Amino acid sequence: MALLQIAEPGQSAEPHRHRLAVGIDLGTTYSLVATVRNSIPVVLDDAEGRSLLPSVVRFSADDDAEVGYAAQKQQAIDPRNTITSVKRFMGRGMKDVEHIENLPYDFVDAPGMLQLRTAAGVRSPVEVSAEILRALRKRAETALGGDLVGAVITVPAYFDDAQRQATKDAARLAGLNVLRLLNEPTAAAVAYGLDHGAEGIYAVYDLGGGTFDISILKLTKGVFEVLATGGDTALGGDDFDQRLFCSVVEKSKLQPLSMQDARLLMVKSREVKEQLSAEPDVRFSAVLATGEVVDLSLASREFADMTQPLVEKTLAACRKALRDAGLRAADIKGVVMVGGATRMPHLRKAVAQFFGQTPLTNIDPDTVVALGASIQANLLAGNGAPGDDWLLLDVIPLSLGLETMGGLVEKIIPRNSTIPIARAQEFTTFKDGQTAIALHVVQGERELVSDCRSLARFELRGIPPMAAGAARIRVEFQVDADGLLSVSAKEKSTGIEATIAVKPSYGLADADIERMLRDSFQHAKEDVHARALAESRVEGERLVEATQSALQADGALLSDAEKGEIEAWLQQLRQAIPGKDHRAIKQAMEALGRATDAFAARRMDAGIKRALAGRKIGSF
Amino acid sequence: MSHPDHFQLFHLPASFALDGDALDRAFRSVQSSVHPDRHASGSPVERRVAMQWATRANEAYQTLKSPLKRAAYLCEQAGVPIEAESNTAMPAAFLHQQMEWREALDEVREGGDAEALRELDCTMAAERERLIGELHQALDVDRDHARAAALVRQLMFVEKYATEVGLAGHAFEDAERRD
Repeated sequence: MALLQIAEPGQSAEPHRHRLAVGIDLGTTYSLVATVRNSIPVVLDDAEGRSLLPSVVRFSADDDAEVGYAAQKQQAIDPRNTITSVKRFMGRGMKDVEHIENLPYDFVDAPGMLQLRTAAGVRSPVEVSAEILRALRKRAETALGGDLVGAVITVPAYFDDAQRQATKDAARLAGLNVLRLLNEPTAAAVAYGLDHGAEGIYAVYDLGGGTFDISILKLTKGVFEVLATGGDTALGGDDFDQRLFCSVVEKSKLQPLSMQDARLLMVKSREVKEQLSAEPDVRFSAVLATGEVVDLSLASREFADMTQPLVEKTLAACRKALRDAGLRAADIKGVVMVGGATRMPHLRKAVAQFFGQTPLTNIDPDTVVALGASIQANLLAGNGAPGDDWLLLDVIPLSLGLETMGGLVEKIIPRNSTIPIARAQEFTTFKDGQTAIALHVVQGERELVSDCRSLARFELRGIPPMAAGAARIRVEFQVDADGLLSVSAKEKSTGIEATIAVKPSYGLADADIERMLRDSFQHAKEDVHARALAESRVEGERLVEATQSALQADGALLSDAEKGEIEAWLQQLRQAIPGKDHRAIKQAMEALGRATDAFAARRMDAGIKRALAGRKIGSF
Repeated sequence: MSHPDHFQLFHLPASFALDGDALDRAFRSVQSSVHPDRHASGSPVERRVAMQWATRANEAYQTLKSPLKRAAYLCEQAGVPIEAESNTAMPAAFLHQQMEWREALDEVREGGDAEALRELDCTMAAERERLIGELHQALDVDRDHARAAALVRQLMFVEKYATEVGLAGHAFEDAERRD
């Protein structure tokens, strides 16, 4: 049967084979994994039936890292080695983290991204996150009984390029094939919109443990189009705990706290915050290691007052996103609340007042992002059923630009541009005979380079010497569907082309990633070569399958000679896969890739024609 | 690979007058077929081609959706570049009008007169409509691309100015909230 199957691009040629794919919500305080089972998205529980995995990792000198509840239990005893809220450090340097002096960790300042010194050695936030992802991957593979084809991992919509790249690197370290980085509010909109058949303009207000996002989306006939997004990647429920904690310390006139006592009071602050969502008055009582007793009463009214500036900060971001979308609050049809922190009654009230309507809270704010991600993962893995043809059109949250003379920023791609997007700009030399030009890529909305985030610096060399202003250097920015940037530059006035392409990587060079991979294998007593071979085989098989299904679907677009050539390379790859040399597999894959270049372009062309022809008879 | 222009990509007639709904529908159809999400389980080559086409579709859509960008694109396609930076020649009457508007905005900003700002906003909307009407005449009827390019430069000014009026409005709103 499968041989006669005609597949649409993107759909599996073998509809009966379900590919295991998951959606992962890698949260600041909790993480989750979900999958689509029998057409229904479900969160996967651990062996004890718990769906949330605390995003806590504890390192010790000799054992494997502990992740989740086991690690969380140790945090008051071993705060230095028990890393919580690591998401706040992703793609961040020490100077970027607020209140870093209050944190119990031994930070190591490193270019680009900070690191943490633990009992198990120095760890990058990427490696810490990879431990969480690995735990979720194992949970999923146990529950589903097989290897995963891939995962959709969610990120805050307001994450910049450094934070996104760090997340993708963490997934790579955890052995996950990333099908897509998906913005958290968009994932929530998918879960909500598909479930409720929503049409119109919606706002997704997403206040997680450590990040805040607001996305304005237009839902039309299965298209989720993000109009604008805004937020703050260093504002979340944790900050509400922090305010409560500070107020308690101040009121109780406590001596300087030890690390353990500080952690104890922080944990207590979170509990009390959660209780205040249900009760008007809550007692805050704790006994410190010093014997001091903390005992006071807190009213929800008081808590609302002390956190009002935080609430106002989120509303300011909402206002900005509405303006960017060219809309007013009255244009919004519904407001979807996401994230555990949106349970706070005073916050809900403020949001209701801002948008002039009661926000939608009928979906579990803790699981909706993971569920939406799993729905998208299922589609991307090729498990879509007929009719599953929704489309997500997301945007880049922050403008991308280059440093020009005088420390100013020339914006190349403005914020809220629909991705994928490419933009090019021409620059020139300013000195006679100049043969190199330094490029500094930045992200942010400010005019001055020093106020924006530095993403990458690189040099274009080998420009032929000529008069100042004569060179024409074309710099192209490409942002892919994951929201990740790559930059290339080319000198075009002469025949000689100097081209350079960079992927910003924030202190994590490919070599660093390789080292981390090696370390993690050594630790897991796995063989690096065996792993590389296994991965190449999986990738090779995936390519064989994709090529076969392309030939079945659109073989008619090829001449016999062309088809023969592709089949010959396909055969080469099939023969290389059972071999022991992973490089031979890679080479065969590359050769097949080159041979199918023109075919892929022709298929895309044919696909567009089909899509537009189909539209004329009213199918869209 | 064929290299259709923006209109050909969406199977739309190459004119300034455009059916916005048809453009939206065509964009969704094309994007539904080329978007990287549709090819996530394809080969690396297929995924790369998908990204390039989706990038093109976004670019074409953004260009055609905006009357200003659409007009500029039609001029450039006809071999008449806009040269917004180098060619600042404008009819004397329009230059005179520009100066008046600038002064009006400065006055409104200083005086914090919200009603006058709304009036300016309406004036700019009307001016924009007028220029779009003239662009239609120049591009679709007279096929006078040189005149159209001059109109595009005027529309550029009007849109930039309208943005400033909008920003001034936001500043007023923010000030009100603080009081």
